[in-house]
Amino acid sequence: AKACGGVWRRAWQRGVGGPVSGARQAFASNARGGAGSAARCGLVPWVPVVGLEVHAQISSNSKLFSGSQVHFAAPPNSLVSFFDASLPGTLPVLNRRCVEAAVMTGLALNCRVNKKSLFDRKHYFYADLPAGYQITQQRVPIAVNGSLSYSVCVDNKMSQMVTKTVKIKQIQLEQDSGKSLHDDTRSQTLVDLNRAGVGLMEVVMEPDMCCGEEAAAAVRELQLILQTLGSSQAVMAEGQLRVDANVSVHYPGEPYGVRTEVKNINSLRFLAKAIDYEIQRQIKELENGGTILNETRTFDSKLGCTIPMRDKEGKQDYRFMPEPNLPPLILYDAKSLPANMNHQQVVNIDSIRERLPDLPSVKRAKLVEQYGILPEHSFTLLNEDGLTEFFENVVNQTQMKPKKVIGWILNDLLSYLKQHSLTVKESPVSSFLLADLLSLLEKNQISSTAAKKV
Amino acid sequence: QVSAALREGQITPTELCQRCLSLIKSTKFLNAYITVTEETALKQAEESEERFRRGQPLGVLDGIPVAVKDNFNTAGIETTCASNMLKGYISPYNATVVQKLLDQGAVLVGKTNLDEFAMGSGSTDGVFGPVRNPWSYSRQYKEKCAPKSHSEDKESKWVITGGSSGGSAAAVSSFTCFAAVGSDTGGSTRNPAAHCGVVGLKPTYGLISRHGLIPLVNSMDVPGILTRCVDDAAVVLGLLAGHDPKDSTTIQDKFKPFELPNLPDVSKLSIGIPKEYHAPGLASEILALWSKAADLFKKAGAKVIEVSLPHTRYSIVCYHVLCTAEVASNMARFDGLEYGHRSDTNQSTESMYAATRREGFNAVVRGRILSGNYFLLKQNYERYFVKAQQVRRLIAHDFSKVFGSGVDVLLTPTTLTDAAPYTEFIREDNRTRSAQDDILTQAANMAGLPAISVPAALSKRGLPVGLQFIGRSFQEKQLLTVAKWFEKQVEFPGIQLEEVKRHDHDVLQHQKSASFS
Repeated sequence: AKACGGVWRRAWQRGVGGPVSGARQAFASNARGGAGSAARCGLVPWVPVVGLEVHAQISSNSKLFSGSQVHFAAPPNSLVSFFDASLPGTLPVLNRRCVEAAVMTGLALNCRVNKKSLFDRKHYFYADLPAGYQITQQRVPIAVNGSLSYSVCVDNKMSQMVTKTVKIKQIQLEQDSGKSLHDDTRSQTLVDLNRAGVGLMEVVMEPDMCCGEEAAAAVRELQLILQTLGSSQAVMAEGQLRVDANVSVHYPGEPYGVRTEVKNINSLRFLAKAIDYEIQRQIKELENGGTILNETRTFDSKLGCTIPMRDKEGKQDYRFMPEPNLPPLILYDAKSLPANMNHQQVVNIDSIRERLPDLPSVKRAKLVEQYGILPEHSFTLLNEDGLTEFFENVVNQTQMKPKKVIGWILNDLLSYLKQHSLTVKESPVSSFLLADLLSLLEKNQISSTAAKKV
Repeated sequence: QVSAALREGQITPTELCQRCLSLIKSTKFLNAYITVTEETALKQAEESEERFRRGQPLGVLDGIPVAVKDNFNTAGIETTCASNMLKGYISPYNATVVQKLLDQGAVLVGKTNLDEFAMGSGSTDGVFGPVRNPWSYSRQYKEKCAPKSHSEDKESKWVITGGSSGGSAAAVSSFTCFAAVGSDTGGSTRNPAAHCGVVGLKPTYGLISRHGLIPLVNSMDVPGILTRCVDDAAVVLGLLAGHDPKDSTTIQDKFKPFELPNLPDVSKLSIGIPKEYHAPGLASEILALWSKAADLFKKAGAKVIEVSLPHTRYSIVCYHVLCTAEVASNMARFDGLEYGHRSDTNQSTESMYAATRREGFNAVVRGRILSGNYFLLKQNYERYFVKAQQVRRLIAHDFSKVFGSGVDVLLTPTTLTDAAPYTEFIREDNRTRSAQDDILTQAANMAGLPAISVPAALSKRGLPVGLQFIGRSFQEKQLLTVAKWFEKQVEFPGIQLEEVKRHDHDVLQHQKSASFS
């Protein structure tokens, strides 16, 4: 898990010009927003409020409404069907796999899956939106009212983890847009439509979070869930997971302040940074007697700050309209499934629920129970791609007890890998070798210093 | 009949094709075709001939010349929608209905003219000019209208085809093809069918695939069928209907093509006469014709009763709100980036969009886009769009109530008058005309019901007048049976066109109304 947020907290104390009040003591709680959260984050008196809109690219062979393929980094405009290019007369056909991915995700996030959901058109003109509208689900999305539990550290100590919950407002299916590359030297824009029409799940998280650390932890947990389900590969670097943050601040007891939207965040680290910067900026602005504009800002990773985006002038009216070419999406469960219906033609929520794999939280609990390791160990295991498997392989092949093995894995192996920027897969020491080594250590045939050297 | 002639070898597909092509050339002044696909048509005819030689024709439609409205995609052939926006646009794929026709061996002779993007009721507002009603040049009209015909009079007196599928109607009416595909959103197939004296069928929404039909109003558009007789319409319907996975609004149920009885019997049926269709502006001779038709049914033993569709008078207004809203949305894709016209303006993307769309669209299209966007604005959405949809439901409910009470088919006029002279028609703008002319046809589109216009008689001026039958959802068989019975009763006269006579039409005009089945 991300390093705990002690560093960030101090930044929120009252700035120049006001008396500095002591930071309140942090205490473990399940509080959402409001004064409790403020206190936990050491904020006095401002209460930051953070909500997130996460776009996850659905992991599927073809796009949401057309048969063209989904691949990363293919030659420009090589994965574009007639429909994706909005050629006149083409019609959308819904991709079943995308629906299943959304249902899986909805169930994993404790949502109510709507048995009937609708598609809408959201209109705006932009070069990477060939049809002049995006097909999305504005009125009745596929899943609503869920929750996501995540953990954050207290006082930078992994041994004190606090469970927090953020409410999931909804999950909706929608199309991704193409990509525009601005070539300012030649005053032209190059458009690549490979991504146009790829299926997205937009996961809307309510403003229950209070700082960058919480947001990053929530997104990390969501990422793990999506990867476990296989509904999205959720790699931020490849654009498969994009996060926009909604940030505002207010005095306890007063209504929520004006919020800004922060975009262009490309990693979890930048997510936390961007949010914390924005909170600080808003506080400073308000304390100096200024006002916050309801605007969209972009995060500049080099400067570490947010800047207003120039091309969003005024509020856009998207002229939402029902998508007339797609009938309502009807999902079934075991009870409502008509007897004579072809099972290949329908999506059955219950059968998807039955096939759900163990979610990260369940996996962690199982690891703790099975191997007697500490909860925070299980977090680290799941957090590193492939580490859990490595650990279990070692345990299975060695005489050393799991409780001791974990120490070697987390302290020695992992820090070595981190130092050399290696992934678990790239580890020069295989699980077999490590198992052997640890067995020797157990049998006292070698010393622990020697083992460490290896 | 011509299909039988082909099979028996009385005429070959190539000869048939060539005759149609040369007739198209001699009737060029009708301006019914935007593109004549001479080369491909002859090639298709040759292939058909080969199949006949081997005794393996693909079906009834093998070797039969057909035409398709220019808002259907045809692979390798220009598809313009009669708009500057798509001038020169070569479709990369075939619309499903086109593919089905070609798969049956039909010979595509050309793409027919229309109002730009199917917006209009006269086929007068396309960039390739208006379509002339073949009946303008018929002996019947000339006799009634201008006893002394010197060319100036002839020019100014020609009448419109109605629209927006005017080109398709004119093509069928003038014998340049045996069947044509149009589209029907508010009456665009039935209206020109009535004015041109041909059969115009609007199938139930969801029965025929819209994949490849460049949309006007996605929730109301259907491909329409124009033929010279009801039996032919039934045949074409049988070949085009059915689920298409590429169109999610087509129904899943398997479609069973049907043949109409030779001697249809209407004595057990109940025919409804909706009183609201006695609309203001309805010509007295059409009213009389409507009554006469009702009497025909009564005499045959059918139960003929007056019914009420109380929300009829709201349908035009609702149609305009919903139509313009969908138009605004559907036209958003024409930005000059991926295909179609692109303006030379280089200053910015926005200015390119603006110039492209101003240059590419005519005033009618632009007007509807502006209105539609207005209705879709957040502050207007509830008051206009949602309200219109709610009233739409009421209109549909009117119909289902009447059909639920035992009425099988409704009988109404198709148009308020016979075809107007072009010079008169253009005195009012497109919007006004559409509002007037669609009034009897577009409620069927609102409710998604099947409807057919059958030529009934000639007007005082010697021009065709059609009557409309509206049926229950997916009950095309019953609807067409009633239509066929009616057709047999009225014995509508064939058009007497010099050009057609000149082209040696024993096959083309075997009987009063030549059919291919």
